[in-house]
Amino acid sequence: MTADLSHGPAAASPQEPRSPHESLLQSGSARKAGDRLFKGVSTGAGVVILVVLAGVAFFLFKESLPAFAADPTVFRADATSFLDYVWPLVFGTVYAAILALLMATPLAIAVALFISHYAPRRLATSLGYLTDILAAVPSVVFGLWGLFVVAPLMVPAMRGLEAGAGFLPLFAGPTLASGRTLLVAAMVLAVMILPIITAISREIFLQTPRLHEEAALALGATRWEVIKTAVLPYGRSGMISATMLGLGRALGETMAIALILSPAPGVVSLNTIGAQNSQAIAPNIALVFPESSGLAINGLFATGLVLFAITFVVNYGARRIAARQLSGAS
Amino acid sequence: MSTTLQQQPTSLSLTHGQLSRRVPVAIAVGSVVAALALVLPVAGYNPALIGLAGLVLFTGTTYAASRRVEGRRRAVDRTVTTLVTSAFVLAVIPLVSVIWTVVTLGAERFDAAFFTETMRNVVGEGGGGLHAITGTLVITALAGVISVPVGIMVAIYLVEYGSGRLARSITLFVDVMTGIPSIVAGLFAAGLFAQLGGPGTKNGLAGAVALSVLMVPIVVRASEEMLRLVPNELREAAYGLGVPKWRTITKVVLPTSIAGILTGVTLSVARVIGETAPLLIAVGATDSLNLNPFSDRMQTLPIFAYYSYQQPGFGAGIQASYDRSWTASLVLMLVVMILFALARVLTNVLKPKGLR
Repeated sequence: MTADLSHGPAAASPQEPRSPHESLLQSGSARKAGDRLFKGVSTGAGVVILVVLAGVAFFLFKESLPAFAADPTVFRADATSFLDYVWPLVFGTVYAAILALLMATPLAIAVALFISHYAPRRLATSLGYLTDILAAVPSVVFGLWGLFVVAPLMVPAMRGLEAGAGFLPLFAGPTLASGRTLLVAAMVLAVMILPIITAISREIFLQTPRLHEEAALALGATRWEVIKTAVLPYGRSGMISATMLGLGRALGETMAIALILSPAPGVVSLNTIGAQNSQAIAPNIALVFPESSGLAINGLFATGLVLFAITFVVNYGARRIAARQLSGAS
Repeated sequence: MSTTLQQQPTSLSLTHGQLSRRVPVAIAVGSVVAALALVLPVAGYNPALIGLAGLVLFTGTTYAASRRVEGRRRAVDRTVTTLVTSAFVLAVIPLVSVIWTVVTLGAERFDAAFFTETMRNVVGEGGGGLHAITGTLVITALAGVISVPVGIMVAIYLVEYGSGRLARSITLFVDVMTGIPSIVAGLFAAGLFAQLGGPGTKNGLAGAVALSVLMVPIVVRASEEMLRLVPNELREAAYGLGVPKWRTITKVVLPTSIAGILTGVTLSVARVIGETAPLLIAVGATDSLNLNPFSDRMQTLPIFAYYSYQQPGFGAGIQASYDRSWTASLVLMLVVMILFALARVLTNVLKPKGLR
């Protein structure tokens, strides 16, 4: 019936010039075919997502398979088994990411609060824009910056840490004179994940129900008390999921660490300022892959598969928490 | 208790029980002077230490003064304000430092030769990044050609058609894709092209595929958000006039949201144009100009910056290579900034009439 309506005017006066809007109305079969085609194409695009993701898992797995059965000394001269090869890299990945997270999270949440609740409204948008630019700085630039600027700057500070807090395994030292240590790499990582955590937290803080804040203000609360009693409780799961997304990014970050640390695939050490630093999966692949061939490549694919699994779990957890927040809010 | 006793008599003015505006300023000046006096004799001119000492002194003194006059709650509030503000300043320092470093060091080789010459047969000084600039443009354009249509169509599916399990799982997996480490995307492309073209196949298309894996979810997220902002009344008005659904989408929904979608696309390009790790694995590096993304290795700006530092050659060539590395970084940053500015302009220019 609707098809008839759209067909009507054009059929009744075929010779008259059509109004521009009539081009939108088509004959019944054409519109059905058009609709079906369009729906098919867009559904197909959606399915492409699933296919690509399956493809990522498939090709990583396929290329890793030969590595599981191979002689582990191909991957690292002193490795006794495949697990022995992967374990130090997994440790390094998680360790660097957690160090970065410890530095970035409090700072990022404070920055988000500053933009959402302290900065003048007029400035807030431009300040948010500033953190977005920080997020868009290419990682290789961050790596070079860490290497040339942060590392030399941090050497005295690391010597100070070694002297003052050397009893902690974290700062056992001796401080590497070039400053190219895990601590510096983790600091650069922290700068890189800061804008991610800030952007998400800021969004959540801005969504705090106005009435909650005004109720707190009406009871005579100071600005900090408003934040403590209304904003932070409302944004808690948002902050947790933002932090986990930052963790996911830190786990997979490659170039900053690849530029700052030299490859040391077998080291497991808590020491963050010494000469021997734990290496992470992603930078290890970037450093070793271009010079490798044969089974060594398969070994790198296997570490990539492990990294994929770790980040998958972290990101999935973050989304679940975020989803709970949304359903709780509505 | 003691504070209430002190506050009771005195005057009845409105500002009673509040610190004068001049007090924090005076404390700030005092803290800076005191910090200078403390740090200079011990550690020399060390801006970081001076800043830290000044901040600690300022926070402590303000807390003490405010607590005496205004009470504990106000004092805590002032402390938090100081801490939050200094956190923001601390977060801006890296950004300023990065931009300053890249601009000053990159200016060294920011000359005509950098944009007109390649590194073919160049040892030591000279040469340029033309091959890297063209490579980055070709690969990123190809990635855009792959991911923009796919991304927008997925967003249309999710907003206009999707329901039930397929839509839910696509939403979930787009989220998962957002979190894929860039190096894993590179490994995927390397694995796929090893399958298609034999082991060790490296070409621009593989890089574009790797970048697309990273770019599609960003485009989907941005477009989805924008499509959801289109008021349902517009769609219903079109349906009411008998316009088929797909024409409604192409003629009503998309034009209304095109500004936001293009902004999202621009920002997604800005995000992937600096990706290094996937290109390192899928595309490799070369010193020569290669404009054909379907065969042989290509050079790209991030890889050029990386290898110019990682393999600088020897002797006087080392500094020249570092300079090229910084100039490549500078060009890359400029491209990103231009894309950001473009996104802003697009938002304003393409807003539907009436909202402008």
